[in-house]
Amino acid sequence: MTTAHDLAYVRKEEEPILAPPRHEVGAIKWMRTNLFSSATNTALTIFGILFLLWTVPPLINWAFISAVWTGDSREDCIVPGAGACWAFVKAKFGQFMYGRYTLSERWRVDLTGILLIAGLIPMAIPRVPWKRQNALYLLVVFPILAVILLLGGYFGLPYVETALWGGLLVTLVVAITGMVISMPLGILLALGRRSNLPVIRFLSVVFIEFWRGVPLITVLFMASVMLPIFLPPGVNFDKLLRALIGVALFSSAYMAEVVRGGLQAIARGQYEAAQALGLSYWRMMRLIILPQALKVVIPGIVNSFISLFKDTSLVLIVGLFDLLGIIQLNFSDTTWTSPNTPATGYAFAAFVFWLFCFLMSRYSIYTERRLNTGYRR
Amino acid sequence: MSEPAVLEGGKRSRLHISTTDVAIDIINMNKWYGDFHVLKNINLKVMRGERIVICGPSGSGKSTMIRCINRLEQHQSGNIVVDGIELTNDLKRIDEIRREVGMVFQHFNLFPHLTILENCTLAPIWVRRMSKRDAEKVAMEYLSRVRIPEQANKYPGQLSGGQQQRVAIARALCMNPRIMLFDEPTSALDPEMIKEVLEVMVDLAEEGMTMLCVTHEMGFARQVANRVIFMDAGQIIEQNEPEQFFTNPQHERTKLFLSQILH
Repeated sequence: MTTAHDLAYVRKEEEPILAPPRHEVGAIKWMRTNLFSSATNTALTIFGILFLLWTVPPLINWAFISAVWTGDSREDCIVPGAGACWAFVKAKFGQFMYGRYTLSERWRVDLTGILLIAGLIPMAIPRVPWKRQNALYLLVVFPILAVILLLGGYFGLPYVETALWGGLLVTLVVAITGMVISMPLGILLALGRRSNLPVIRFLSVVFIEFWRGVPLITVLFMASVMLPIFLPPGVNFDKLLRALIGVALFSSAYMAEVVRGGLQAIARGQYEAAQALGLSYWRMMRLIILPQALKVVIPGIVNSFISLFKDTSLVLIVGLFDLLGIIQLNFSDTTWTSPNTPATGYAFAAFVFWLFCFLMSRYSIYTERRLNTGYRR
Repeated sequence: MSEPAVLEGGKRSRLHISTTDVAIDIINMNKWYGDFHVLKNINLKVMRGERIVICGPSGSGKSTMIRCINRLEQHQSGNIVVDGIELTNDLKRIDEIRREVGMVFQHFNLFPHLTILENCTLAPIWVRRMSKRDAEKVAMEYLSRVRIPEQANKYPGQLSGGQQQRVAIARALCMNPRIMLFDEPTSALDPEMIKEVLEVMVDLAEEGMTMLCVTHEMGFARQVANRVIFMDAGQIIEQNEPEQFFTNPQHERTKLFLSQILH
């Protein structure tokens, strides 16, 4: 080392590269930093453990150990000390999935589901080729097939009116339609709001602020109660379709603002570089700006999708029975009235909603990591 | 100032500058930002093959001026004619000019979501309508010329600043432009990386590219430019051949500026 007397210094050999001290790695390090880093943190850790010990065992007991798994009616579920009445879910499972969809035609719903999954899985795995054809299938071919299959009336398939649809089927139809429409519409609205053309900007702002300013319940009410007043008599379009349009436009407005946030995060230099290369506005947006902007707002987009998925329950208000609606409806079935029936039904609904939302969340995190090219600017 | 790459003695004088072929003609051009008069009555005629260095204090309007040439900034009065095409609000003409004019920015502005190769092939494919294979061939040629062909499949974020700026130059060259604009290409670089970028620019000058370069690399100006322009407060204050400009500046502001940047 240099001292006051010896200012000149020349290194003779390289310093060796050492491993970090033991308490700086692994589980011990993790516990020290995350659980016991301070007195408050230690107290909170202990409190947390006690809280879990107090709540988790009874919950496990209710849901699994003393739960009733099989049975034909309430008689099996009202035995003293019984937990969750899973027999109720088992007996009503068909209704929860399909609503009042004609029993003999339920295979059509299953087939639609299989067709959807067959398109989604290869789309979701980046390594699988033919993404363009796959997208074409999902966005054009599948929707047509789905309408034909679910609604019927063509090719000898009996017509099943949407009033009979229900359960998870309605939840998924509303949620997926909402997502698929809100994404492109939201992007267009976001671009419109940042446009240099005053008319387009004004119309976009009006649209976005109108739909964002109105609660979804109001939108659904208006769609089902007020719309028929304005339409000429005799014109009556489907209740489900009205709800779908309402939900799609509503979520487009939210999506537009999420995308706009992403557009604002892109540096001006990106626009300038694209323009300097001679790219037109739409090519610049499609090839340079949107891929980056959408990547930035993946968490926001998925957030919107998840809240849209859960908001589908509000279609109950216009007399459509989504998963939650149909479960609630079945609480009034006297064959199954028991103290544990509602709790079991809600637990099942919560689990199904959670499952879908969790999968979306995980996939978005995976996508974010995959698209990260490590650029800071 | 870092030591610039040097054009060997006499080479510069051999570079051909056309006496008849006008690359850029700026006539009585004015620009305002709101009330602020940023560019005041600019007149500049650039002949094909010229290598012009533009310098001046920050805020003098030098960047704004070259950004007017490819319409990243819009001028409000006067005329700009690039490669025989007059710049107007006509989007078609703007696109036509942008195809012929390459630009390199201070902050590189590479597209971070695309690989180096994709950065270089994007415009040739979508604007020049080249096939992917041809575009990649051209891109690899230029990446070799800027001495980083081995980085082709990396992303911009994995490269050093100097490498990124060389990619940015290659990206512009892939469009086969007739004019190159450089907007402070070395200002955001570490001292060690300035040299590698300047070398590439010198190579380009040797090939006879028409170049307009906003820079404070006075060594580069001295060695490569055939004309140095000094701007201040939105006006062209003085222009001359580099030797005269540096050794015998005439205007007081030029003298003051040079005394501050040359030690």
